[in-house]
Amino acid sequence: MKMKTSAKIYSAIIFLFLFAPIAVLLLFSFNEAKSLSVMSGFSFKWYVELFNDRNTLNAVRNSLVLAVSATLIATVMGTAAAWGIDRIRSNWYRRVLSTVTDIPMINPDIITGISLMLMFVFVGRMFGAATSLSFWTMLAAHVTFCLPYVILQVLPKLQQMDRALPEAAMDLGCTPLRAFFKVELPEMLPGIITGAIMAFTLSMDDFVISYFNVGNDFQTLPIHIYSMTKKTVTPKMYALATIIFFVTLGMLMLSNLVDNDDSRKLRQRRKEKKGRN
Amino acid sequence: MKKNNSKGIRTTGRAALAPYSLWAMIFILVPLLFVVYYAFTDNNFNFTLENVEKFFTATSNIQNGDGTSREVHTYILIAFRSLKLAVISTLICLLLGYPIAYIMSRAKERTQKTMMTLLMIPMWTNFLIRTYAWMTIMQDNGIINNALAALGLNRIKMIGTEGAVIVGMVYDFLPYMILPLYSIMAKMDDRLLEAARDLGCNSASVLRRVVLPLSMPGVVSGVTMVLVPAVSTFYISQKLGSGKFLLIGDVIEGQYVANNFHFAAAIAMVLMVALLVFMAIFKYLTSRRMNGGR
Amino acid sequence: MKKRTLALFLALTLLAAMLLPGCAKDNTLTLNVYNWGEYISDGSEGSFDTIREFEKWYEENYGQKIKVNYTTYASNEDMYSKIANGAVSYDVIVPSDYMIARMAEEGMLAPLNFDNIPNAKYIDDSFKGLYYDPENRYSVPYTYGIVGVIYDSNVVAPEDVGGWELLWNEKYADKILQYNNPRDAFGTAMYMMGIDVNTEDKAEWDRARDVLVKQRAVLGGLVMDEIFNYLQSGEYAIGSYYAGDYFTMVDNQAENVDLKFYYPERTNYYVDAMCIPECAQNKELAEIFINYMLSEEAALANAEFTYYASPNSLVYENPQYIEDMGEETMEILYPEMEDFSKLYNQYAFRNLSQEMQTYLNTLWEEVKIN
Repeated sequence: MKMKTSAKIYSAIIFLFLFAPIAVLLLFSFNEAKSLSVMSGFSFKWYVELFNDRNTLNAVRNSLVLAVSATLIATVMGTAAAWGIDRIRSNWYRRVLSTVTDIPMINPDIITGISLMLMFVFVGRMFGAATSLSFWTMLAAHVTFCLPYVILQVLPKLQQMDRALPEAAMDLGCTPLRAFFKVELPEMLPGIITGAIMAFTLSMDDFVISYFNVGNDFQTLPIHIYSMTKKTVTPKMYALATIIFFVTLGMLMLSNLVDNDDSRKLRQRRKEKKGRN
Repeated sequence: MKKNNSKGIRTTGRAALAPYSLWAMIFILVPLLFVVYYAFTDNNFNFTLENVEKFFTATSNIQNGDGTSREVHTYILIAFRSLKLAVISTLICLLLGYPIAYIMSRAKERTQKTMMTLLMIPMWTNFLIRTYAWMTIMQDNGIINNALAALGLNRIKMIGTEGAVIVGMVYDFLPYMILPLYSIMAKMDDRLLEAARDLGCNSASVLRRVVLPLSMPGVVSGVTMVLVPAVSTFYISQKLGSGKFLLIGDVIEGQYVANNFHFAAAIAMVLMVALLVFMAIFKYLTSRRMNGGR
Repeated sequence: MKKRTLALFLALTLLAAMLLPGCAKDNTLTLNVYNWGEYISDGSEGSFDTIREFEKWYEENYGQKIKVNYTTYASNEDMYSKIANGAVSYDVIVPSDYMIARMAEEGMLAPLNFDNIPNAKYIDDSFKGLYYDPENRYSVPYTYGIVGVIYDSNVVAPEDVGGWELLWNEKYADKILQYNNPRDAFGTAMYMMGIDVNTEDKAEWDRARDVLVKQRAVLGGLVMDEIFNYLQSGEYAIGSYYAGDYFTMVDNQAENVDLKFYYPERTNYYVDAMCIPECAQNKELAEIFINYMLSEEAALANAEFTYYASPNSLVYENPQYIEDMGEETMEILYPEMEDFSKLYNQYAFRNLSQEMQTYLNTLWEEVKIN
């Protein structure tokens, strides 16, 4: 369906709103002075500064490590869980599970954060550990709040799928495992991908839950920025945000381009390859 | 043969669920018990109702404009103020997000993907920094006001007002409204809408009688996903409200920082219960409406 | 499609595995340092990268690799919450005075072995025997300072300047900023009213609350770090902050803004000092680190980076430093004082009892609810 002009204008306004702060970040990242409100001249200085700042770069690295690990675990476990939920017949089990899955989404971040922290600290004390909070507790916390998003993306895809399909495959002699990979996984894939992207996004963006669960060896970017609140947030952070923005934009555009390749082209290419081999 | 198969599927289903069930128990349910435990104990972990009681009974004085003052229940007032701001932001998110979700769901597949991507991108640059950028935009000599002044218009006071806090919330949580709405609407069959049109519905009544009822589950989850973080936020109100608005999230954070974990847990628990009740009522009302629409 | 996704997945797994915080290699020592944000010279603008230089220096002198985990916090209370509940252990922390008193009282600090910190001899004598550490057992001062009032002289008339009253002056309604944390905000009111900021008399605190409630009518906002942008840009004209930060603001002020600074008669004196918590895993290493922080190179770099006054004679007597700072800056950072420790012990924040802290927190909520 073609978009009406009014729809186009409306979309443009909304996206303008969503990208307004990014535009500001971009502008002020080239500011000469250490100010976020007075523009005094053009310079690349803050980009240079950023690449000399080991603490910030380390925090960025940590954020990425955490987000990638949490996304992987949450995606695998969440997909398995969605598949399982779709399979079980027991009504009460399913209802309990879906309620529990809702909890991290209905619960404010601040409560999820505090509740996990209270538990980690309590357990850590029980075992007499010197440090109860570390990379691993952060990871557990992030996996926990990412899981529901993966499940809720994958589950509908399974429910839309014709239930007879995997059974038919098995009747035709496929092993259950083969049937899973041949029939069910492709059906779930769009949900899995969206779920994984959402999990990654949420993990990168999370401040509140990390704030309560951060340990001594692993500081993520949001915590690093928050701790600047006695001094001042420098345009270095704006430069960083600009870089992150362009990197993600580039990555997503690339993946979109690849995805949008005509399937015919793909088939053609495959044929050519076969011919060559 | 077939029976065996489906039994096998059920067992593998349970096996696939096992890790998640265990995880959910340890990292979702047990921590909540800790909140309850802390809420009902004092610093020496003896049982007490004091924390919960304090939430409901603590009072303070508010100065009226004319120099007189009145007594209010501190935390209840704060809770209602937070709820007010959160509800307003949620409604605005719904009003702004609904059309976008609809436009997205009816667009070409390629456009859908692009729009979805565009929604997520801002979230990858840190939310603290984006909130900071809004300060630059909205302050008295910020970008908007400078533009107004350049046009010869009066400057508007934005930063430090309720409006600024609401803008911040709407900005931060709008994607959480759009995404669930969109994923429900994308499933709606185009033929259904055409059929309604063929049966003589105009656009408005297609929207009211077909699209709206079908999208209700999306509305429910969208509202949940915006209202909850909006009620409990503390950073946005501190920065964009110039610290002038004390929200319930600020209070919890303040108590945590002051090392009163038990009172913080008590507030968290009350907030949690209130939200659950609120959501249950909301879900009940919308499900009735959904069934009525069919 | 499937294969590509699978490949992507594998690639991501691999990436994660590679980036994962390597389980510490056997002979690399680790030191966990927990400091205020932006409170150490970090190599920006060509400055000295303290942590990296320490790691290098240690390896050269002791022949062993060391990895410093350097993490940061936003407030004393933040840091306290993490340590008090046994959540996390650190080797070096930098609390402010009243927090040192509290942690020492609660047995959370380990006594220092000064044999490992010979550079402590460069600390000025007036920083010895201060109330928070009367026997100098737990702490070595890192920076100190005095809180003052910053104002835009293009807006504020000269005759209104001088006291805390400026923060209540109706002439400048909506141009005034207050701290967004209870202790400092109550401090401004109590210094103005001549109340002891450490009193345990609730009626006195109530009086200060009433004055703060009254201030709400003229207040532009309650802020922390935003004060930098707000004063620099001329958005607001009056606020109270730490002396060193005033210079950062002047360096970045807009053309139509002319920031000035003064100390009111009674005000807050503070010291931030390096300590080792009881839970430290590597005490000797922590002491070596503290000693390194007192060395001329590191101390100078940090003083220039933070813009705060240094208690280290290697810094404040260094001719190059004095020249870099300039006369006006030196006058504000190191004002002539007859007896620092006397003024300090009289006016500095002290640790409040748990009851008073809870009470203060409640009062603060009452101020903010208005």
